[in-house]
Amino acid sequence: MAIEVRIPTILRTFTGGAKSVEGSGDTLDALIADLDAQHAGLRDRLVDDAGLRRFINVYLNDEDVRFLGGLSAPVKDGDTVTVLPAVAGGMR
Amino acid sequence: MRYDSLLDSIGGTPLVGLPHLSPGPEARLWAKLEDRNPTGSVKDRAALWMVLAAEKEGLLRPGCTILEPTSGNTGISLAMIASLRGYKLVCVMPENTSAERTQLLQMYGASIVYSPAAGGSNEAVRVAKQMAAENPSWVMLYQYGNEANARAHYETTGPEILADLPEITHFVAGLGTTGTLMGTGRYLREHVPGVQIVAAEPRYGELVYGLRNMDEGFVPELYDDTVLTSRFSVSAADALRRTRELVSCEGIFAGISAGCTVHAGLALARRAQDAGERADIVVLVADGGWKYLSTGAYSGTLAEAEARLEGELWA
Repeated sequence: MAIEVRIPTILRTFTGGAKSVEGSGDTLDALIADLDAQHAGLRDRLVDDAGLRRFINVYLNDEDVRFLGGLSAPVKDGDTVTVLPAVAGGMR
Repeated sequence: MRYDSLLDSIGGTPLVGLPHLSPGPEARLWAKLEDRNPTGSVKDRAALWMVLAAEKEGLLRPGCTILEPTSGNTGISLAMIASLRGYKLVCVMPENTSAERTQLLQMYGASIVYSPAAGGSNEAVRVAKQMAAENPSWVMLYQYGNEANARAHYETTGPEILADLPEITHFVAGLGTTGTLMGTGRYLREHVPGVQIVAAEPRYGELVYGLRNMDEGFVPELYDDTVLTSRFSVSAADALRRTRELVSCEGIFAGISAGCTVHAGLALARRAQDAGERADIVVLVADGGWKYLSTGAYSGTLAEAEARLEGELWA
């Protein structure tokens, strides 16, 4: 078992085009570090000195991690993490 | 109920229980039916408050042209209000929005400028900002950053819900301009200790996330994440399934964003049940299903509808 991480189109240049990759770690921060070891440069696109980048949203099992502890949010095998850019979408 | 004019009848929508979808008597869902507004969506509230605020500030005078980036509902609300109050309206809308929306806007006399489908509403915002710079006499109300959008909900939606359901534990609404959640959320937090304010955000098609680079990302100026207690991303499949359950279980023919709020509401209800806590959860139904019939969301199997909707549903 591992943690499935879904990657948005705009970041798939870092994953060789893969829509989804796998990683491991106890926290989101550790998971992102593990992903960066496999896909160099990915961490830098997700995180800056202040934490998650402003235009990056990360969902743990469909829930925004900013409300679950941010980079310290605990993750475990079997979880699904979805990375999405922040956009003006919807039906307004 | 009697009103002096259509504009006076905006708001005051019913809050109805969802006894068949609710997991039990201690974990109940209630739907705030915003499709009962004059043009059929929650956006009548924000549009009216934004227009009245701009009139009060002297920005809008008879004959003025209003410009707004919108993928539909706000445009339709503004078009109705503009026609009654003597303004012209130009809407910037992604080219892949449904035919019903175009027809409604044209019927009310609005002009439409299409922005590219790739990039969704992000592009519409960009195009509208460019047009505003080129036409300084036009008034862009700009729902994403207009404080009167959130204030409409602070002054009306929030108090209506509290009056109907003082025991509310959770409020769930879609996250677009964020106006509904910011305004209603602030009001409820001030009056109901411990109330949870939850965003249910649709997971859009790939087209909408098709940014050229990360700097093109967008967070509405109105958004303040300290108002929220959690935020869910709801897949198109879950949203469609719940939208159909609203029809089959409760008789409510709602737009797809209501499927998102119901899906998140049910997750919260089950959590409360597991924790042995009472839950009275208000889910906002932003509009009815009429405008989306041509998308195919309501016909065939769920899998067929989902396949048809990729790239069509959200813009």
